[in-house]
Amino acid sequence: MRRNWKARWVLRLVALMYLTFLLVIPVGLVFWRTFENGVQPAIDALTNDSVLHAFRVTIIVALWTVLLNTVFGVTAAILLVRHRFPGKRLLSAIIDLPLAVSPVVVGLALILVYGRFSPVGGFLQDNGFQVIFALPGMVLATVFVSLPLVVREVAPVLEEVGVDQEQAAWTLGASRFQAFRRVTLPAIKWALGYGIVLTLARALGEFGAVAVVSGRLVDKTQTVTLVVDQSFQNFDQTTAYTASMALALIAIVILVVINLLRRKQPA
Amino acid sequence: MPLPRVDKGTALGVGVTVLWLSLLVLIPLGAVAWRAGENGMGDFWDAVTTPEAAAAIKLTVAASAVVAIVNVVMGTLIAWVLVRDDFPGKGFVDAMIDLPFALPTIVAGLVLLAIYGANSPLGIELAYTQAGVVVALLFVTLPFVVRTVQPVLQELDKEMEEAAASLGASNFAIFRRVVLPNLIPAIFAGTALAFARAISEFGATVLISGNLPFKTQVAAVHIFGQIETDNTTGAAAVATVLLFIALLVLLALDLLQRWVARRA
Repeated sequence: MRRNWKARWVLRLVALMYLTFLLVIPVGLVFWRTFENGVQPAIDALTNDSVLHAFRVTIIVALWTVLLNTVFGVTAAILLVRHRFPGKRLLSAIIDLPLAVSPVVVGLALILVYGRFSPVGGFLQDNGFQVIFALPGMVLATVFVSLPLVVREVAPVLEEVGVDQEQAAWTLGASRFQAFRRVTLPAIKWALGYGIVLTLARALGEFGAVAVVSGRLVDKTQTVTLVVDQSFQNFDQTTAYTASMALALIAIVILVVINLLRRKQPA
Repeated sequence: MPLPRVDKGTALGVGVTVLWLSLLVLIPLGAVAWRAGENGMGDFWDAVTTPEAAAAIKLTVAASAVVAIVNVVMGTLIAWVLVRDDFPGKGFVDAMIDLPFALPTIVAGLVLLAIYGANSPLGIELAYTQAGVVVALLFVTLPFVVRTVQPVLQELDKEMEEAAASLGASNFAIFRRVVLPNLIPAIFAGTALAFARAISEFGATVLISGNLPFKTQVAAVHIFGQIETDNTTGAAAVATVLLFIALLVLLALDLLQRWVARRA
């Protein structure tokens, strides 16, 4: 091993330099830019009514997304792992599809079907249910982009734990629901938690799809990522950097949680 | 072969799942392809070969290819350092790799602009250049190759490397002949995912590219512009090209994984 130390140092140096210039300095600089003129401008920017409203919208959309994708993700994972039916491979491929679709294309796709000028969207709007340029469309877009995250965490764990314990529970007279709640759920809880955290991160940070379907109506459908973009375009750097810093802080907290959860998961 | 018997509960679950996927994913994506092709192939071709659209698609594919190649080298290198090297703070560096996944893409664009934009504190100005687009894409695709190669490297038996070393092989020869062949499927898988991501990226590139047609405008930003100006047909045409490329990449990845599974 001794003769390797030179190569080792060079590789280490190259890797760390790359990460420093790509990740550390840029992210660090946002914190510095935010507090460049002291703490007060940053606090003022964050407590601005429009920014607060954007935070509220972001949280509402994220919570709906997590709820829908948790229900869908657990159901789909159980179907894919525990049940046999024709077309299973195809279903599995379709679930992975959203990760390969550009967020802007997601937005366009939803507008074409649920927009005011399409038959479906027009019908819904005539009956008092607006999808595009309103919260339902933003939730749909965010659910779309984060669709596979829960399934792909839960399915491998379901595979791993097998059916023995569930079958034992059934033999002992447990109903399907009881067996799910008492046996399956505890087995998948860390993987599910991991999937939920990933979904939450994606939902809080979604920009492209939401930019298309929300219409970016200030104080109505504007999310925090849209505030970052809009204030930057309007030369309001303080708000852009402060909102970015808040989102970066959330991302860092999520990273810490992800690392804790990963340690809980059986290797 | 008769189809497997499907019980009622399964049928209901599959039905609801397929309905939800249809309303959310399949019908909307189908509508994009439909809108792109409803006036015939001629119009579709005209829409994707307008000078602006063609330039955007070319830049997107070229920049994504560069990003894929850089990721092959740097991703593998970083994974190697994280698995085989040891230094204080390694755990922190390891955790940091996922930051681009957790950080909103628009924030990624803004942080890169803060350092490589006008009045760059480092004196490196990449705003509104193609190099800037590449850097933004490198940022968002960083974790893919690292995170696919890392577990494979961890599992790899060190005995073969030690045997090669005892037989007098150089470091480079050991890496090329012993380590690399085992990593290739993982490197390809990570690179395919990184390429697919780079092709479709919007948030990270929208600010740093400055959205200059023919120069820095990538396909996703072009589509966004077309939607904003109510040219949904043009947007759908370019979107269909992106979808097609993404499907090709996913298909290649699936074939690769099946090939690896068969060989193992």
